[in-house]
Parts: sequence; structure tokens; C-alpha cells
Amino acid sequence: MEKMARVTTALGGNALTGRTMFCHLDAPANAISVCRDAAQVVVAGRNIFKIYSIEEEQFVEKLNLRVGRKPSLNFSCADVVWHQMDENLLATAATNGVVVTWNLGKPSRNKQDQLFTEHKRTVNKVCFHPTEVYMLLSGSQDGYMKCFDLRKKDSVSTFSGQSESVRDVQFSIRDYFTFAATFENGNVQLWDIRRPDRYERMFTAHNGPVFCCDWHPEDRGWLATGGRDKMVKVWDMNTTRAKEIYCVQTIASVARVKWRPECKHHIATCSMMVDHNIYVWDVRRPFIPSAMFEEHKDVTTGIVWRHLHDPYFLLSGSKDSTLYQHIFKDASQPIDRANPEGLCYSLYGDLAFAAKESLISSDSNRKPYIGDRRHPIFFKRKLDPTEQFEYISSSSALSVFETDVESGSMDWFVHTAKQYALAGRPLAELCDHNAKVAKGLDRNQVAQTWTMLRIIYSSLGTVSSTNLNHSMGKGSAALPLMNSFNLKDIPAGLGSESRLDRSKGESRTENILMDSSSTLINNEDNEETEGSDVPADYLLGDVEADEDDLYMMDHENPHAEEQEYSLPQEAFPLRHEIVDNPSALDHLQDKADSPHVSGNEAETVSLTPVESFSLISISHSLYENRLPSDFFNPIVRDTLLFYAEQGDVQTAVSVLIVLGERIRKEIDEQTQEHWYTSYIDLLQRFQLWNISNEVIKLSTCRAINCLNQASTTLHVNCSNCKRPMSNRGWICDRCRQCASMCAVCHHVVKGLFVWCQGCSHGGHLQHIMKWLETSSHCPAGCGHLCEYT
Amino acid sequence: MEPPKQPLPPGARSGDSGQRRCPFRRRGTSRGVPQEGGESSLHQLLEAFVPAGRVDHVALVMGLHPQYLSSFWKTQYLLLRMDGPLPYHKRHYIAIMAAARHRCSYLVGLHMGEFLQVGGNPAWLQGLHCAPQKLRNLNEVNKLLAHRPWLITKEHIEALLKPGQDSWSLAELVQALVLLTHYHSLASFVFGCGIKPEEEQDVGSSCWAPSPHSNSSPASGDTMGGSGATDAMQEVQVLMERMKLLQENQLEEEGVTQEEMATRFELEKTESLLVPSSDILDPSLQSNIRCFLEDPEFGYKDFTRRGEQAPPTFRAQDYTWEDHGYSLINRLYPEVGQLLDEKFQVVYNLTYNTIAMHCGVDTSVLRRAIWNYVHCVFGIRYDDYDYGEVNQLLERNLKVYIKTVACYPERTTKQIYAQFWRHFKHSEKVHINLLLLEARMQAALLYALRAVTRYMT
Repeated sequence: MEKMARVTTALGGNALTGRTMFCHLDAPANAISVCRDAAQVVVAGRNIFKIYSIEEEQFVEKLNLRVGRKPSLNFSCADVVWHQMDENLLATAATNGVVVTWNLGKPSRNKQDQLFTEHKRTVNKVCFHPTEVYMLLSGSQDGYMKCFDLRKKDSVSTFSGQSESVRDVQFSIRDYFTFAATFENGNVQLWDIRRPDRYERMFTAHNGPVFCCDWHPEDRGWLATGGRDKMVKVWDMNTTRAKEIYCVQTIASVARVKWRPECKHHIATCSMMVDHNIYVWDVRRPFIPSAMFEEHKDVTTGIVWRHLHDPYFLLSGSKDSTLYQHIFKDASQPIDRANPEGLCYSLYGDLAFAAKESLISSDSNRKPYIGDRRHPIFFKRKLDPTEQFEYISSSSALSVFETDVESGSMDWFVHTAKQYALAGRPLAELCDHNAKVAKGLDRNQVAQTWTMLRIIYSSLGTVSSTNLNHSMGKGSAALPLMNSFNLKDIPAGLGSESRLDRSKGESRTENILMDSSSTLINNEDNEETEGSDVPADYLLGDVEADEDDLYMMDHENPHAEEQEYSLPQEAFPLRHEIVDNPSALDHLQDKADSPHVSGNEAETVSLTPVESFSLISISHSLYENRLPSDFFNPIVRDTLLFYAEQGDVQTAVSVLIVLGERIRKEIDEQTQEHWYTSYIDLLQRFQLWNISNEVIKLSTCRAINCLNQASTTLHVNCSNCKRPMSNRGWICDRCRQCASMCAVCHHVVKGLFVWCQGCSHGGHLQHIMKWLETSSHCPAGCGHLCEYT
Repeated sequence: MEPPKQPLPPGARSGDSGQRRCPFRRRGTSRGVPQEGGESSLHQLLEAFVPAGRVDHVALVMGLHPQYLSSFWKTQYLLLRMDGPLPYHKRHYIAIMAAARHRCSYLVGLHMGEFLQVGGNPAWLQGLHCAPQKLRNLNEVNKLLAHRPWLITKEHIEALLKPGQDSWSLAELVQALVLLTHYHSLASFVFGCGIKPEEEQDVGSSCWAPSPHSNSSPASGDTMGGSGATDAMQEVQVLMERMKLLQENQLEEEGVTQEEMATRFELEKTESLLVPSSDILDPSLQSNIRCFLEDPEFGYKDFTRRGEQAPPTFRAQDYTWEDHGYSLINRLYPEVGQLLDEKFQVVYNLTYNTIAMHCGVDTSVLRRAIWNYVHCVFGIRYDDYDYGEVNQLLERNLKVYIKTVACYPERTTKQIYAQFWRHFKHSEKVHINLLLLEARMQAALLYALRAVTRYMT
């Protein structure tokens, strides 16, 4: 972004300069801190304690504070801080519980100044008062915070958090007497330095330890906290109750937070584990970091802005034993890589498409959205207030493409789902039944598939293999459709997207969605038709309508006659789409056909090569040679794959269930699972709960099977004491009463209980049903007119 | 392979529940469970065990500390019966492998049954050689974690995750690691409390700790004469005094140099406490356990004295459970992180403020000494702990017991159980075992997770 390259000189005359650079340390760093003039940085860790000066081009080691032959544990630093008033003064927190101060002005090699051994456990944090030279605060694992006056030998006051270990302490920048402390149990406490007996206020900020906090440098009321629960929260402390005003969800435990200077809403974070990057967030846009530094190869343990008033230089130390200076203009911006377009397909064939406004508004003949014929659809424009440091305006536009009512109708889907028989009868009957259903809905191809399956798998006798005239090769029905997928032809493109999309259900197929959206976006870019809702949707509808007809239409001619004598063969010509391994079937193939096949293959680059010829010849020989039905498994598999690819998972799943073991091994578990989830998702979106449950039950995939076994518990509260009944559903442990009595028979209901939502009386399902057949009043005699539907 | 059975919803009973007798009913409910929790904890327990169809002996003994039991049980339930990366039968098989390392026939037997119940292939139970290669690959890590967790490196993790036919996924591996450490330490608990296999006919003597007189102290039994009893009384007094001193005068030890602190740790770490070692290759070792063992001689080894090549000390502050372990596990196997964290906290903070016959005692120093001592024998050092305290607070017999139970639990005998803290209640000895269990688990888990972290970076 060009805006970003602009470097302001907030420092007045002496702006910082430099570049992204790093140096190797000898050991992992635990913490870093900068000198006030931004020229030096101190790095501390278990085995390192050094001061580097920050030059234009590199870090230069100035001083090694870790002296002595056998450095003691006092050098093993958990934290380090450089005084912001006195550039000779440093303090470290040692893992053995010692707080050490260092005076760089000392002439000797050992700069150690004072040693406070008051904490019993590891000291996690030390902090100097921002304006008071001699005041130092420490927070330790033992649950105490101590305030030291550097002119005295012992601490001046001790604050007891009355809870687990203190993870961070920070003096407020503006309120002279206030400091904040964060705790391992998720609490944050605010203390007045003059009152060691009791905290001023306390609130629970996180679930689990709060690792860090940082006061906002400008806004006196804001405190940012980061916790193990992967959240960064910003609290407004001005009100009587701390109010959470912003919350950023990161991907790992937050180890450090640091407000970015001069940018009111920006905050830098790094994580404790797993994630090595440093992020800079705009807290108002919590979903994507505004900048990211990816240099470190192990977790970042310390981050600090180089200068109080310069927002472009960030220093960081890491477990990978490096010290980095990051320059903002070298940061990577995840937003550039994010896909700012969203696409979603509705049940009824409508397509919603959201994109950056700049992409869309260029279209002059864009019409405002008027409204849907069936359902209200939101159409929102949102303009964020653009601010100084806002790189990307976040306004976007949403377009909705509608299908016209008839073609978008999914009635066939619902009817099919309801009428198909999937189990409980012999295979042949099931196939016949389903074929009839499909036929009844004018889905001849599917009907023929079913019939064919019956023939293959239940080898019903006499099928005359009549002359098959297979001239259909070139006209493979799906071909135009598929090609359109690749073309920059918008309406068709949309059409095929939509099919795909619908069949799979958005949530399950991110990758496919990605593809499709990117195709779409290309389209949009190139041809700018996106804004015009109306044409797009009728085109979409068009394609939709085709789809089913296409098969019929194109192939009407070759098959019209065949239809009479034998269904199965007729089905074959339609199945141009099947992928197969030609090599295996070569010997069966007509020599003349094979070249043709490859030709087709070349045409349909993206999708399955066309193989109808081989198929037909197979079928031909089949009935003469009585091949075992296993022989057809690859073909059936390909049929299913084809249907699924076409967006008709319904057929694929139904066949899968009906054939069961016969075909299951042919298709890999993952694909099956995918189909099932898509189909179930679709069914549920059509609110066909019973059918979806039946499908779940009949499925043989383990992952699917357990879908309806999760969360089967129904929690009930006692109707008397309103407390949860933990033990049994019908007797309350507390009030020792049977909670659910049947209003009709006055016995305890242990199974299905039905109750009126008006008067909350109820009872055995059967009893209530019976009662309400004859009476319209509540059986309990409360006078309510109950309804049972 | 059949699809594994799903956990039954509360209220349903598994098939075998009819045959098992419910120990709660037989023994009465008030004995096993102290009254602190009151009725609600009892319900919690009942609710917890109805799905399992029985209360096993482990739960019975842990029932002395209901607060912990519920936490423990939730974790174990999640590990074995809830959604997770590993299939159910493999989880039980891993439990078998882990328990077999310590020759814990109780746990092996228990999980052999469970393994079959969830549809595991019976052939696998003939021995490790019959299990799939993938599980056999885990054996090396199993062995190390059980006996010398400090030897586990990122290369071990790498080897398991290396793509290939029998490779593990990271999520699977983390679950397996948690399972392994869970069962290694549970084996410690089983031996530490002397829990015996559940046989239909003999439930009464399920363990040597909470006998029906569960709140009485063993010293009141006939094991000791009059003089012994007074000795034991004095022990308690001395212990209490020392605890008090340590709590009050911690600052007075300032004179101790860093070197000395380090030496103290090394001393504790390398101290070899002689345990009457029963023959490891006990011929009576049941063959049904031996078949799950490879390299049975491999066991805990005392750290070598300084000068020889010892593995570098694990600095507790550099890789803590709260910060690093939790964060890692929470990413790879989210639910369990929370539960483990809760469990560690519960056990670390568990106290009734009593000690033997005295009430209102702050036992935190003592508990910390035990916890850190267990970590110490596994080579984990806390910078902020003075290991001299261990010597002050833990008498030799107790140290022998702790080290035995933590490092070679199969050598635990009733004698060493009886020898330490003779005046303490059984429930207190179980409390120690809980501390031991969790400290050991955390130690091994920290080593394992550190290796995983190193692998990932």
C-alpha cells in the first residue's frame, strides 16, 4: 500500500531511521527493554544479559552484564526493564525470586547495584514508576507485589493479591498512584500505591492466566490485557465497573501486549507458544491484524516500541536467540492477502456476493436493490470512519443475484428426499421404487440410473441387448456446461458455480468455494456485470433450467426410439461423463472409438473425460457374458462421482445407501463422508429433519453415524424448585417430588412428556392426545384452552 | 473392526452393569466419602459412574478426596470416551501398553476388557507383536516416558510423525502422550495404594489404604507397640515444628550461596534410595503382561553423579505447564488442556488443613516439598526452591516411598507404605499418592510436550 510508506516525523527534528535488521544473541531472550533515547536495548534471558546499541545498519554489542566465572541464578532473568528517567538504571527479575538493580554508571565491571531477596518464588515482572526515579515495583509467583524504594534496602510496601501468582504489574502512565496487576487466575487488580492493605478494585478479565497488561499511553482509562485464553481485551477503567470495549481473538496465548505509540487503536501482541509472529492489531478491526512481522523462528518473548513517540520501529527478542528491529513499512499486511469477497448461495438458488465497494461501484448502470419476491434480503453498505492510520477503507457492497422462481425451485429435491425408499426392502424393489419416483418428477436420467442399478445388481433376467446406436459421443450433455466453467462466460460460470455450491453446502467445501469465488471475481473484474442483479439472475435461472433438460434435450434424438425396448441401455448413452481408466477396458473398446475418447478428453480439460463408448461396449458384452456385478463397480462408482460432481449429491448418497456393501469399498471413505455431510446439510436446510436423521442412521461412515449420537442428553429443571434435575428426569433430588406428573392419569411421566406452552400442564403423549380429541380445555382443570397440533 | 460403541448417555447402563455389584450400595455410602462434599458430591459421583456401569477400585480409593475424583474422572472420561483423534479401541490399547510398563496387572486387565468392549481386535491382545505397526512405533516413547522421560527428544517425535504408512498425526500423538503419561502415573497410584484387581468374589480387600475404618490411622492398629506409637507422635510434632519454622523464617537462610542451592538440588536428584528391589524379571510376571513389554529391563535409573555425563537439568521456569504446556496442548487437543489444568490445580491446592491428629495447619510447604521432590527425581529443577526443605520435611522413609512409587511403582510393598508417617490417616496417605500421581504426570508431560514444541519450531 502506498499510503503506508509515508513516514511521519512525530519526533520533531530527530526522526529515527533504520532498517529491518537483526543480530544473533548467544542464548534465548526472555525480555527486552529500551533506553529512553531509543539508542540502546537491553536483552535478558536465562543465559544472557547484554546491552546493544541500535545503529543505522546493525546492532552493536555494548556491554555484557553477565560477569563472573560462574554466574549465579541472580542473572537468570525473567524480566528486565530500563528506567525511562535515568538511563543508567536497570532492573531485572530473576527466576529464583531476586529483584536486582543495575547501575551502568558504576566504574567496575560488575554493574550490579542492589539485591532484593524478598520474594519467595520467581519474580515475573518488574516495573519502574514512569516519573518517580526511585520507585520500583515487582510481581511474583508467590502472589505478592512489592514496592521498593531504591534508596532503601528493603521493600517499602507489600501488596498481597490474596490469590495465585502475579503475572504482570504496570504503573499507570497518567495516574501517579495507580498500578495494575494481573493474576494467574484471570483477575486484574488495581491498586493505590499508598494503600497496601487492599486493592481498589478487581475484575475478572480472562479465563485462565492473564499474562500481560499495558496502559494506553494517551487515554488514561484504557488498559489492554492479554491472556492464555488467546484474547486481547481492552478495558475502559473510567467507569465504576471496568468495561470491556474491545476484544481481539488471536490464535495462541498472548504473552505480551504493547500499545503502538501515536496510534490510538493499535496494539502489538506476541504469543507464548506455537505462533512466532508479532501482530499489530487495530482493536476496532479484531478479525485481521493490520500488520504482521514474521521474522522469528521461535516464540517471541519480548516486544517493545523503540521510541515513545515513533510508531514505525518495533524491537523484539525471541527464543530463537535473535534480536530484531522491525520497520513498519516492511511488515506484511494480511489484509492484502485476505479475500475481501464473500459468496453465498441460498437454498432457493439466490446468490449473494459481497465485495469491496471500489470493485463494484465502478459500474454505472448499477441499480439499487429493490427487494426480493420471496424473502427479505439485507443489502447493506457500511462505511467505516476513515482515520489517519487506516490503510484500507472497509466499505463493501453486497449484491444479490436471484434466480427466477420456477427454475430455482428445489421442489424436486424435497419430493425426492421424501419419497425415496432407502432401506427395508429388497434391492430390486428399492431401485424400482426410486426409479418411479425419479420418473414421476421428470428426472429421467436418474430414473434410468436406478433401473440400471437394479439390472446390474439384482441380475433380473432377460435384457435384450439390442443394437445400440451410440452416436451421442460428441454431444455429451454436460460438456457445454463444464466448459463454461472454465470460460470467462459469466452467466454460465455462475450457473455452474451455483450447482456446485448448492450441492455441497457452503460450510463443508471451503476450497471449492474459494475456487468458485475467485472465478467469480475474475469475471467481475473483467466484465463488470456484477452490479446488475436482474440480468444475472435470469441468466442463472436459465442455466439451472437447462441442466435437467439438457440431458433430455440433447439426447432426445438418439434415444427416443430406444426408450421403448430397454431402459438400461438407454441410460448408457447419457453417461458420457464417466471417468474411467481406459487402459483397463481397452480390450473391450471399439478401436474406432478410442481416439475419439481422447479427443473428448482434451476438450474437457477440467472435468472428467468422456467415455461413453467404452461403457456401451461393456454393457453390450455384459449381457452376453454374464459378468459378475462386481465388474461394474468402477462404472457405478463413476456414475456416483458424476452425480456428485454435477451437484446432485442426493442421487449419489441414495444410491450409496441402497447399494450398501456392494459399492462402499469402491469409494474412498472421505468422499463418502463428504457426500453424506453435504446431503445432510441440504436436508437440514430444507428442514427435512426426519429424512436427514434416517440418512445418518443408514450411513455406514463412522463420522456420519455419530452425528446423531452427539448431545443426546436433555437437561430438565424441576418444575417446583426450578433447579436442574441431575439424576433422573422425573424426580427432583432437592424437593423430593416427582416433577412431571401426567395431568390425565396422575402418574409420573418417565418417557415422552408433552406439555402445553400456554399453561405448562401436560402428560403422557398418548393421554394428552386422547384428551384433547374430546375436550379443548386443559386436563389439569386450569381453564386454559390448550391446543395440540 | 466394528465401529466403536459410543458412550452411553447418563441413565443408560452398559451391558455388564447387571453382573457387577455396586460397591456403594454394599458398603453404605457414608464410609468411603468424607462429609465435606456432602450430598452433591455423592450425586456427582453417582452420575459419573452410572454410564460406566460400575465403580472401580481406583475410584473408590480416590473417593476419599471427592473434589479431586470428579476432576480426575472428567479427564479420564474425556480421554477414553469422548470425541478425540484416536479411535476408542486404540486408546484402550495405549492404556494397556502404558500400564504394562509398570507391570500393573490391574490396569492391564481392566483395559483389556474395555478394549474388547469397544470392538477391538482380540488378536492384538496376544501381545505387542500382534498390534499394528503404528502402535508398536509408540513403544519407544512409551518406554522412555515411563522410566526416563528426560531422554525424550524431538527426534522421537519426528520419527513418529514422519509421513508414511504408519505415521501419527500431531493431534493423535498428543492424545497418545497424554494417555501414556496418565496411565503411567495411574499405575503409580494403583501400586502406591495397593489396589488389587477387581475380582467378583473379593471386593472387600480392594486395597490396603482405605479399609472400612478409613479414617482411623494405621498406628492405632496392632502393628506397633507402645513405644513405637510415641515415636510416631513425636514425628508428627517435629514435622509440624519444622513446617512452622520454614514458613516463618524463610528469610533467615540468606547466607546460602547459589552453588549450595544447586548442590542441594543435585543431591536430592542423585540420591539413590535403596529400595528392596524385587527381581524385575519376576518369573511370576504374568505372561499376559509380559507380552505387551519390549525391553523389560529398561527402567528408571538414578541420575549419575556430577562429572559423569548427565542430561541437562530441566529448568521448570523455562517450560511451565501453566504457560507453555497448556498453550501447546490447548492448540492440539483443546478440551483436555482445560481439564488437565483444572486437575493439576485441584490437586496442588487440595488441603483440609489437617495433619494427622492436628487441625488448622497450613500444609502448603509440605505439599510443595512433595511436589517438587517428585519433579526433582525426574530432573526438573525450580530456581526458586530451596531443596534443603525437602530434607527438612520429608523423612527418609517417606522419601523412599515417594521415590519408589514414582519411579518403580511395581516394587512398592505394603511394608514401605506402612513405614512412613505412621500416625497419619489413610486418607492422608492417599492424598500423598494423588500428589505423586499428578506431579509425575506433569513431569513426564512436560518432557513430552517440550519435545513436541522443539519439533514444531
